[in-house]
Amino acid sequence: MLYREAGQFKASYEADQQIFPILQDRIGVLLLIGFFALAVPLFADQYWLKAILIPVLIFSLAAIGLNILTGYAGQLSLGSAAFMAVGAFGAYNFMLRIDGMPFLVAILLGGLCAALVGVMFGLPSLRIKGFYLAVATLAAQFFIVWALVKIEWFSNYSSSGVITAQEIEILGFAFDGPQSKYLLTLFVVVVMALLAKNMVRSTTGRSWMAVRDMDVAAEVIGIRLMRTKLTAFAVSSFYCGVAGALYAYTYIGTVEPEGFNLDLSFKILFMIIIGGVGSIMGSFLGAAFIVLLPIALDVFVPMLLGDLVSSSFVSNLQLIVFGGLIVFFLIVEPHGLARLWQIGKEKLRLWPFPH
Amino acid sequence: MAREIGDVILKMEGISLSFGGVKALTNISFDVREHEIRSIIGPNGAGKSSMLNVINGVYHPQEGQVTFRGEVRRDMEPHKAAKQGIARTFQNIALFKGMSVIDNIMTGRNLKMKCNVFHHALHWGKARAEEIEHRKKVEEVIDFLEIQNIRKTPVGRLPYGLQKRVELGRALAAEPSMMLLDEPMAGMNVEEKQDMCRFILDVNDQFGTTIVLIEHDMGVVMDISDRVVVLDYGKKIGDGEPDEVKNNPDVIAAYLGTSH
Repeated sequence: MLYREAGQFKASYEADQQIFPILQDRIGVLLLIGFFALAVPLFADQYWLKAILIPVLIFSLAAIGLNILTGYAGQLSLGSAAFMAVGAFGAYNFMLRIDGMPFLVAILLGGLCAALVGVMFGLPSLRIKGFYLAVATLAAQFFIVWALVKIEWFSNYSSSGVITAQEIEILGFAFDGPQSKYLLTLFVVVVMALLAKNMVRSTTGRSWMAVRDMDVAAEVIGIRLMRTKLTAFAVSSFYCGVAGALYAYTYIGTVEPEGFNLDLSFKILFMIIIGGVGSIMGSFLGAAFIVLLPIALDVFVPMLLGDLVSSSFVSNLQLIVFGGLIVFFLIVEPHGLARLWQIGKEKLRLWPFPH
Repeated sequence: MAREIGDVILKMEGISLSFGGVKALTNISFDVREHEIRSIIGPNGAGKSSMLNVINGVYHPQEGQVTFRGEVRRDMEPHKAAKQGIARTFQNIALFKGMSVIDNIMTGRNLKMKCNVFHHALHWGKARAEEIEHRKKVEEVIDFLEIQNIRKTPVGRLPYGLQKRVELGRALAAEPSMMLLDEPMAGMNVEEKQDMCRFILDVNDQFGTTIVLIEHDMGVVMDISDRVVVLDYGKKIGDGEPDEVKNNPDVIAAYLGTSH
């Protein structure tokens, strides 16, 4: 009832090809952006902004990056964290070595570095597929982290490769509080998510999906496999790189290469699997799920069990529940939260009437 | 009939193709003329699909040469064949399962699109105009194939017959001068076959598209083809007009077997 497209007739192809063709979606997205941009900074406290909202946004961006590569172009990758590291260290070096480097340009350049490295490690994808490609990207994961530690120039000769992000200043305004950092992150993430949505609904995205679904047929209708796959690697790594730069500058502040380890890559992979492979919105849902679940367990498990068990037992239990919930979600809905949302929307078309 | 059969545009000369020790094609020569419907028939495993794969560059023959519109080649890349105007459909439907009918047919037009990934990311101005322009063409194909009602359905959810039709649509969207159809009617009932025949004849008639067809339904082949090539065990055993081929003793032996 509330969510019905009945009566919304499209009179031109232009109207039919809008980014959100259904009126309710357009309103919904605007309300969401408005809520997070205007209401949240007013009411959320420091903890929420710093420990929950900023990381959810940053991981959403990284998940969009991996989703472009794995969900849309069908190339399995385990190197997302490494590409984040390239972005973070790239942005750091541009800020450090070039006087008066604007922050936004620095993170974009960091993203570009990641894109270049991504293309390099994407080259094997021209010969190998699936699990074998995953192993090749695993090499990227280990090699890049090793190189960032080993080559001290990258971290400006600090011990064990630790870098401390410089202060952010844009047009004379210092982004030092959690509120301003949150808004900056939100801005970058929303803009890049919309750009990603545009890419996947146009020829670029269709070529990616064509290569994913049937590469021989894609080649026969004239899609260049090499170019398409490498574009996917470049765009994906660019997104991961920018996410990495934000991770260093607006979230953690002080990072070391080891922070971008395989664990983080897997975490991002879980996000897109749980959120929805091949869905931009799924990337947000998955990131929120993976970030929020441990925090929710932190709060609720001791509350439920109280003093009955020791704290070490509780922390182990959290891991068990975390894993269990992931398995449960995948059994209930193998296509992720985005699919659940889709089903919900279809139900909403009729609700509250039975027919 | 509006169409008039023209000169030879595709010439296969002495094509031999083998996979390791298996000889798929042995010294096969035939030609295809402009605007005609040329069928390739033969029992299972005769090398028909391999032949199509040689024509559009998926397989590279060890011997022989292919001449397409005056250009001589031994082998080529599939996307180059697409650029020269050769489109094709596959025996086992090769649609992009996760995409809608519109998107599938839109991919058929990728060679005619000029915008790059940056235009697409912004989706403004040029990219948008291009998208709308091609959408119009795609809608023409959709009208032609009478699949308006399923245009937004993911192809994975469609029944087999419609999927075959969408695949034809994807090939048509490229506005090819030659179409290679690999068993477009396999597994269809009589009604669906009639529809598909009508589409093939209409394409040939209205757009003048040259058609190379592989098909097992002899009734269909003999009815709609201008000329037929017969393969058996990778060798050519017959070539000519349908009536001629029908009465060729070698062809009868290959299909019905001989008494020993």
